[in-house]
Amino acid sequence: MIEILIVFIKIVCALVWFLLLTLYLTWLERKESAVIQDRIGANRASIFGIRILGLFQPFADAIKMIFKEDFVPAFSRKFLHTLAPFISFFFVAITISAIPFGDSIRIGERTISLQILDFNVGLLFILAMLSLGIYGIILSGWASNNRYTLIGGLRGTAQLISYEVALGLSLIGLIMVFPSLKLSAIVHYQGELIFGFLPKWGIFLQPLGFLVFLFAALAETKRAPFDLPEAESEIIGFFAEYGGLKWGLFMMTDFMEIIVVSTLLTTLFFGGWQVPWMAADGFHWPWGGEWLLSHWLVVVFQVAAFNIKVFFFCWLQILIRWTYPRFRYDQLMDMGWKLLIPLSLVNIVGTGIVMSIL
Amino acid sequence: MIELFLVFLVFGFLGAVLIFMNKFLGPTKTNPAKESPFECGSPYLQEGINPFPIKFYLVAFLFLLFDIEVVFFFPWALVFKEMGTTALVIMFAYMIVIVMGFIYAWKKGAFQWE
Repeated sequence: MIEILIVFIKIVCALVWFLLLTLYLTWLERKESAVIQDRIGANRASIFGIRILGLFQPFADAIKMIFKEDFVPAFSRKFLHTLAPFISFFFVAITISAIPFGDSIRIGERTISLQILDFNVGLLFILAMLSLGIYGIILSGWASNNRYTLIGGLRGTAQLISYEVALGLSLIGLIMVFPSLKLSAIVHYQGELIFGFLPKWGIFLQPLGFLVFLFAALAETKRAPFDLPEAESEIIGFFAEYGGLKWGLFMMTDFMEIIVVSTLLTTLFFGGWQVPWMAADGFHWPWGGEWLLSHWLVVVFQVAAFNIKVFFFCWLQILIRWTYPRFRYDQLMDMGWKLLIPLSLVNIVGTGIVMSIL
Repeated sequence: MIELFLVFLVFGFLGAVLIFMNKFLGPTKTNPAKESPFECGSPYLQEGINPFPIKFYLVAFLFLLFDIEVVFFFPWALVFKEMGTTALVIMFAYMIVIVMGFIYAWKKGAFQWE
């Protein structure tokens, strides 16, 4: 019984973290774009006249969306029209349950790992769930029965399945270096040191794999410069016939994908919750000497390190989104098929040869 | 196992609540013009969707082929460290097949987007 309670508490904590971060990414996106474009950005939402840089803006948006009319166009396929945002939201949100937020905490006799689902196949689970999210796009495009949404839906599907291959291939090299599909095990492998001082993070062992994964993952979030399914200036996108919270779910999915991609980049290539030179009992500096910490301080350091890395990648993705213009369709598909897939094959061969020589 | 079940339950419940929130909390005032499809302001011209050319079939087919090949890579990558050079030779044989298929598709113009 207490096991179920613990799992439930972990799910609630992860969900609160995830939803709050999603809400505040919308705020961050507004503010960051405002800074880039020399504007002020959202700053009006206030509670009792207190408006700290518009920090309450996400809540105002959410409340507005909740009290919109439930709108289903007459010609749409009604059941699929309602199902599509659910699928889109559900399969992206669920991936967060396989991400390790920290190592494990000890309370009395009990050891609780800071990860909800510690699968043997955690990486495959995440890839599978991210691909299932494609159904949300194609269903919403098809069920709205409108040719702009259909174009958006088909474009989105073509883009996502093209980059899916590169996404899978870019991780093969990483799995060769850290032979496990269990995400907690991959993070544990990254706690070792190369040459006695450099942390053994994925980025140092797989720089090419990291680049391919970064681009493929950026394309999977389907935001500019890869925002062809949406393309607000030409076809509005696959969610043109949605309103209120159903549209909100698609928008939340976008931001959730940013977070999921950031957590994946952190977990696979930047050591997850590992702090450089920190073991379970404190820091062991490579130049000698150590700084021992209590168990709880170590846990705090680990979770804080994970969060800082994730925030950094969220910030980086928003920066990329507001810096580069959109690709043309053929440029996009060319990059997926003719650049990223050959590069990831080269990465696999290179990794294999280097590992056999060493 | 119970964890997986609980995760699906909680996230599914949350998704369902979010989907139906507008229905219970929002207003319901509708009229025919509001329910017609969005056509950039003009009245809609025809029901349904005309077929239009998109190289979607080919993309889907290529995706299936290459993604299956990616799936075969995963178990091989997991045992690579233990098997050593043998695995490398096997990988080269397999990689030649993939690269040949890839070059064939490329030469046949499967990656020509218009």
